[in-house]
Amino acid sequence: MNRAFAFRAIGLAALVALAALPWMADNYVVRVATTMLMYCALALSWNFIGGFTGYPSFATAAFFGLGAYVGGVLQNMGLFLGLAWLAAGLVVVVFAAVTGRAILHLKGHYFAIASLVIADVLREIINGLTSITGGGMGLNLTAPAMGVEAQSRLFYFSMAVVAAVALATTVWLDRSRLGFGLRCIEQNEDAAIRIGVGTARLKTIAFALSSVFVGIVGAIYASWTVYIDPSEAFDILISVKPIVMTLLGGAGSVLGPIYGAFLFLLLEETVWRNFLHVHSGVLGLLVVLLILFMPRGLLGAGSRLRVATWLRPERAAKRRAGS
Amino acid sequence: MSAPLLEIGGLEAGYGDVQVLWGVDLAVASGSIVCLIGSNGAGKSTLLRAVSGLVPAAAGQIRFGGEDITHARPSRIVAAGLVHVPEGRRLFAGMSVRDNLLMGAYKRGDGRAAVRRDLERVLALFPRLAERSRQDAVTLSGGEQQMCAIGRGLMAAPRLLMIDELSLGLSPRLVEELCSALVGIRDAGVTVLLVEQDVMTALELADDGHVLQGGRVVLADTSARLAANPMVQQAYLGAVVAHP
Repeated sequence: MNRAFAFRAIGLAALVALAALPWMADNYVVRVATTMLMYCALALSWNFIGGFTGYPSFATAAFFGLGAYVGGVLQNMGLFLGLAWLAAGLVVVVFAAVTGRAILHLKGHYFAIASLVIADVLREIINGLTSITGGGMGLNLTAPAMGVEAQSRLFYFSMAVVAAVALATTVWLDRSRLGFGLRCIEQNEDAAIRIGVGTARLKTIAFALSSVFVGIVGAIYASWTVYIDPSEAFDILISVKPIVMTLLGGAGSVLGPIYGAFLFLLLEETVWRNFLHVHSGVLGLLVVLLILFMPRGLLGAGSRLRVATWLRPERAAKRRAGS
Repeated sequence: MSAPLLEIGGLEAGYGDVQVLWGVDLAVASGSIVCLIGSNGAGKSTLLRAVSGLVPAAAGQIRFGGEDITHARPSRIVAAGLVHVPEGRRLFAGMSVRDNLLMGAYKRGDGRAAVRRDLERVLALFPRLAERSRQDAVTLSGGEQQMCAIGRGLMAAPRLLMIDELSLGLSPRLVEELCSALVGIRDAGVTVLLVEQDVMTALELADDGHVLQGGRVVLADTSARLAANPMVQQAYLGAVVAHP
């Protein structure tokens, strides 16, 4: 009881701190915090397909880049900022559903490679569409007509909203029948088919879920940095980082991706800034160490799978009585 | 006799270029235990996989309860009441025995009360599972895992339960325990289609039997008559044929 109370108090304090931050801290801190919220959204998104479903997707960069370009182009056409972001999310989710349907019958390494290629194909297409996207020269966006402080607050809170919705979706999925079906696929896809889980449909939904917030975040990122180019928007590191964060925190858990994103950013800002030349090497080392010594991450999900409440009325009742 | 629960006509199926089933005809009467026997590679498992929609049928027809399910999706087939207990058990690791059983009810829409009632029935049928219901399913012994897999199949409230390799790797005593459980399942109204390597056990347990050879059903009869058939005795029961 006391522990639950302490947990809630810490959560509440964190929320208040997050809300007050743009007025309390300097520009650098707000910028780092915005990046952290972006990382949270990316890691939570990867968790849907990589954590819950167990499909090692490297498609995050594809969704991010596509979202950035759709949002950027629409914004330059004069669309209202928020609408451009939502439209980017919509385009990306449809794109993910279609490509997901095509590649989700592959498993393990094969799926990883197929998902890795999507970003490369998109990069080449964006590179070639010079008249719309500016090709290799990149795309310049117009900054919103407001002060620098107001801008930084706008992007900070926009990222916060996407991260919050991604977290709410995770909390819901963790208890839903859909989430339970996904966990069955992760555990044993063959057995999941035999008990009647519609695996093709569920995997596609998970892939689409893992794309929508990434697409929106990509569009917000484009508006935030005011300039995007293909090699940056489709950078492979955008795919790798959320995986490392989620593994760091605990794949398949609810809060793991957030802890992971926080820890990752901490490392990025303290350690790697001083090792710019071996940055990727350190990242690779971290992945190896993680898999060797902490295969289940900080939270160790997977060992404590819970049956969703729809099948366990007595436990739901207990939880209600206990809280 | 009423129309058979499962009716297969001229079924052809295989994997890519390799055709395994070459026109299987088979009928399973409602309320019976039916066994499929045949040597390795005869197509027993492929037949079950084709019926449950995991291997697409190239030709022929599969009817279940009068409904054509030849090209239905696996999830539809489970919802219709045809459940496949796969070879090698395939339980969900990291989930307790109880959760594994409950997962079997994934497709059901008839409410928690009914699911709970069935869970109690399964635990009564397999008391060993009741003792270990909180344990991780992979920590069970082989026989207990098989019970858990069969129990999970029952939780889907099937009309027909198909079990692949019931006795694989199990001790004779456990096999006996499972057999008596299957008789109980049949008497509760669930039809059972069984693939079994141990022909003696299969023919003792089942009401009817089918002999699969080279992807076709070459013999179909009551178990008693199959057990007395010289061809079955020679090929599967190890009887020595007297030379004239």
